Amino acid sequence: MSVPLVALNGVTKTYSGITALDDVGFDIGRGEAVCLAGENGSGKSTLIKILAGVEKPDRGRIAFDGAQQSALNPRASAAAGIKVIFQDFSLFPNLSVAENIAFSAELGEGVTLFRKRHVRDIAARTLARIGVDMPLDAPVETLSVAHKQLVAICRALATDAKLIIMDEPTTALTEKEVRALLAIIRRLKADGVAVLFVSHKLAEVLEVCEKVVVLRNGRKVAEGMASEFDAAALTRHMTGRDVALRAPAALDASAPVLFEVASLSKAGAFDNVNFQLRRGEVLGISGLLGSGRTALAKALFGLVAPDSGTLTLGGLKVPLGDPLKAAAAGIGYVPEDRLTEGLFLLQSIGRNVAVGRVDAHSITGLLARAALWAESADWLNRLRVKASSIEAPVRSLSGGNQQRVVLARWLARGPQVLVLNGPSVGVDVGSKAEIHEIIADLSRQGLGVIVISDDLPELLSTCHRILVMRAGRITDDIPAGSTSETELAHRLAS
Amino acid sequence: MQLSSLRIDWTRNETLVPLVIIAFCALAAFSDPSFLSIPTLTDLLRGSIVLGIFAVAAMLVLISGGIDVSFTAVAAFTMYSTAMLLNTLAPDLPWYAAIGIGMAMGAALGSINGILIVGFGLPTLIVTLGTLSIFRGFMLTFIGQKQITTLPPGMREFGRMMMIRGTNPDGSFYSLPWAFAATVGVIVVTWFILHKTMLGRSIFAIGGSLESARRIGINVRATQFFIYVYVGALAGLAGIIHSSMARVANPFDLVGLELSVIAAVVLGGARLTGGHGTLTGTLLGVALIVLVRNSLVVIGVPATWQMVVIGLLILIGTGLPAWQAKRAAARAA
Repeated sequence: MSVPLVALNGVTKTYSGITALDDVGFDIGRGEAVCLAGENGSGKSTLIKILAGVEKPDRGRIAFDGAQQSALNPRASAAAGIKVIFQDFSLFPNLSVAENIAFSAELGEGVTLFRKRHVRDIAARTLARIGVDMPLDAPVETLSVAHKQLVAICRALATDAKLIIMDEPTTALTEKEVRALLAIIRRLKADGVAVLFVSHKLAEVLEVCEKVVVLRNGRKVAEGMASEFDAAALTRHMTGRDVALRAPAALDASAPVLFEVASLSKAGAFDNVNFQLRRGEVLGISGLLGSGRTALAKALFGLVAPDSGTLTLGGLKVPLGDPLKAAAAGIGYVPEDRLTEGLFLLQSIGRNVAVGRVDAHSITGLLARAALWAESADWLNRLRVKASSIEAPVRSLSGGNQQRVVLARWLARGPQVLVLNGPSVGVDVGSKAEIHEIIADLSRQGLGVIVISDDLPELLSTCHRILVMRAGRITDDIPAGSTSETELAHRLAS
Repeated sequence: MQLSSLRIDWTRNETLVPLVIIAFCALAAFSDPSFLSIPTLTDLLRGSIVLGIFAVAAMLVLISGGIDVSFTAVAAFTMYSTAMLLNTLAPDLPWYAAIGIGMAMGAALGSINGILIVGFGLPTLIVTLGTLSIFRGFMLTFIGQKQITTLPPGMREFGRMMMIRGTNPDGSFYSLPWAFAATVGVIVVTWFILHKTMLGRSIFAIGGSLESARRIGINVRATQFFIYVYVGALAGLAGIIHSSMARVANPFDLVGLELSVIAAVVLGGARLTGGHGTLTGTLLGVALIVLVRNSLVVIGVPATWQMVVIGLLILIGTGLPAWQAKRAAARAA
């Protein structure tokens, strides 16, 4: 057998007494796709940082192409062809596609003058290598998430990458975009480029990778050929327990109608949407990108103003197009993109929850800080947010815990209907199961919950009923128990 | 070139500002037919010399994601100190030596900004607000407060060097000093740096995303340091030109102009959030501000209204594109 591209042996790393990685070792071969699976906090990020040369391991050996690397730093790592594509892509939004792709390569050549034609050549060649066509002069800020990711991949390729590490590459992509990405990864493999793929989405992992390495609490708990794992086995290794997918408890047949949407329309987004939500019901709304599901979700909470139609909650009309009035009427909305729409990342966890209740605690005109704080702490506690302190910035939390903070903010307001847009995007398997547990709990308490998602297993395991949207219309209304993932996928796409 | 890029984009300041300029000129020509003449043009160009250099400097900082408000203090410090230095030590030095000394002094003051921003990682607005006050206070306390009415011969000579000189039919004179060539030179050099060197592209990259720039290995510290030194040198140049043209070095001049300059740059489409800015837009912004300052009287608006008009232009010129962009985004959602 030939010398592996990257060989890790007994890598250990501790941060102020906490062991992040404990004696981890595995190999990555040339052109091999390896999946690094694990929940948040399992040590995946630390391992990436060590490979990228950002962090130094306390113990252990790392060899690139058989050569031992004693003092790895970002430069040495990049020179060895190890390229990390971070979750935020680290692109320049104001620069063109071509410049973003070629910038590192040009820096590497150490040129003084900017060679526009050369830069365009590099970009065009790299894009051709992954078989993607993109306008070279478009500013990156105008691209979709999927295209930005492709630009980031091209940038890595332009600097002669041997191993591309992708941190959570699929979290923000739709099913179709994920397919396209997987096709590109196959192409890279055929080209001799190895890929270390860090993902939460299990089905994808099994499809594209030859090898799977599972980390849990800093230890390697499983390693093997991808064909030896199935979704259930992976989940078991990652969480250390069985997380079963099961349908939600049946809805009480006599539950009264809580919320009604009647002939809601918005030109170019959705058309004549009608549905009812009963007390305690969890209703799923699914559809491909462009089906109008996001616009509809936003319209329910007044973030998008519909052209016509009515929303009725508990017999009262909800004013359209005004989030403050929608919230006052008893609707809560948890956005898809927590990071930009839902949280004040640099502010403390406590403040992030308290902000939704400032009005209620300042009736006299002065803020009753103690009561506000106590209420926030209570909700954080109820939702089991794991944090060192309520004063810690939200940014320091894992994805699952961040999602809980957003939920805590809304639940503190006592809403009657909660709209959750992509509730488990970017959270790990364990947290996902817990978020689903919370949803079930809310429904038992009589809340109406609307879950908007394209994660089909999620919909099947949390919802009583699933509405399918296509081209702005609701085309199917399916009781969750009577369908399967494949059938649902078929209805979404056809 | 794609067809779409040829279509007029109404949300860009580079389209709006020229329209306002044309409308303004049409109005002025309507009230006073002699407005459209060479003397008006040379007046405007002369008025743009110092403001233009300042604006290019301010734009460079904005592109990198920072903001500099100290450049007027650097300019005032430099012109006053250089005039005093040459008068007492070396009155015979030629004009280009005066410019050289001024730019070196400006660069030195700029490097103080650079050290505070790069070395200590302090926010650019706070650093330059501080140095604005320090440079000015230092000059007034330790160097002098009295106007220098007799400039060193080199600077006097430079102020008198004319590119274009002529007489109007009514017997009055018009002229454009060679200092205008310095502004053109600054524009060309800055354009070259921004668009033809990796240094310039790094400035854009840093303004686009500081963190990404660090991650892909751009030397962020060196680039930022360069920016503040270069801006200091430009401010020094502008200071020397200002006093040469005014035939006097008044230590109370220039300071207070910094917000008008930043306004001109923002009118030209540069964003306070960094990463965006064009020389064309900046120069159009300068042209508009100078036009308002010089010619508002022509269309019958009292001079005291200048500030109100400039304020309205800023609000409309930057607000309209922002509002249109927001509406477009709302329609797309």
